[in-house]
Amino acid sequence: MKSAVVQLPGLNRDRDMVDALTKISGHAPVTVWQTETEIPDVDLIVIPGGFSYGDYLRCGAIAARMPVMQAIREKAEQGVKVLGVCNGFQILVEAGLLPGALMRNTSLRFVCKEVLLEVVNADTDFTRAYGQGQVIRCPVAHHDGNYFVDDATLSAMEDKRQIVFRYAGGTNPNGSLSDIAGVINARGNVLGMMPHPENLIEAAHGGTDGRALFASALDVIAA
Amino acid sequence: MIKARVTVTLKNGVLDPQGKAIEGALSSLGFDGVGHVRQGKVFDIELDGADKAKAESDIKAMCEKLLANTVIENYTVAID
Repeated sequence: MKSAVVQLPGLNRDRDMVDALTKISGHAPVTVWQTETEIPDVDLIVIPGGFSYGDYLRCGAIAARMPVMQAIREKAEQGVKVLGVCNGFQILVEAGLLPGALMRNTSLRFVCKEVLLEVVNADTDFTRAYGQGQVIRCPVAHHDGNYFVDDATLSAMEDKRQIVFRYAGGTNPNGSLSDIAGVINARGNVLGMMPHPENLIEAAHGGTDGRALFASALDVIAA
Repeated sequence: MIKARVTVTLKNGVLDPQGKAIEGALSSLGFDGVGHVRQGKVFDIELDGADKAKAESDIKAMCEKLLANTVIENYTVAID
């Protein structure tokens, strides 16, 4: 499985993501700069975390209007898998590829800690290597991860099992509605999540709970 | 030249933690009777030309495409 990592000014988790994808799939991903209008043939496109455009206006708002996002939108329409982590998730909601919005944490503080996540839907292309209802550890590091969506949309999303990860065990770090940590589009090929699975993939990270997400998305046997 | 002012505010029902913090700070400064505080954004935009109707429709398009996130925010446009 081939993958691509998107690079925008201000993103700073791109090298962590390249490292995770390389270690888990055995192949280095291609990197794609924000001005590209075409993306090579890949099975998975990842928008990593960081602070694109300094979080000016709204987190992810300016990045979501860059040329590369139109290319990603076209790939997503063709069924290519797209993963957005942290700022990548904020960019996907700003681009309208995922429902909802990510607002300032209710604490008004930047949170950098480990949380627990429940795998609410293990029947997606990103989570099938997890067990349904499995609780995993995962780091978070963000200032604006407070997921909001209107009631009608939330209820439709729940019907379609679009909530993929929820903060578990009272670890909601940001006031997210319904403890939502990660959501998928109705078609099931675009996933956004605030936590950083790429930072928990090897013993040196203190755990490997994030590995199964990439193993699922890259279609490799979980190690 | 036309000057426009765009005001972006959070929709009713959307939690505004920054507004809440400001509300608390105003009370702690001794201002009595402060009710709800909601924080928003203001954009002052200059536009070439003199056609106010066109300016207004352009500014509205800018709001829809970039200045406001209509999932959580409302906007108003005032043309000078």
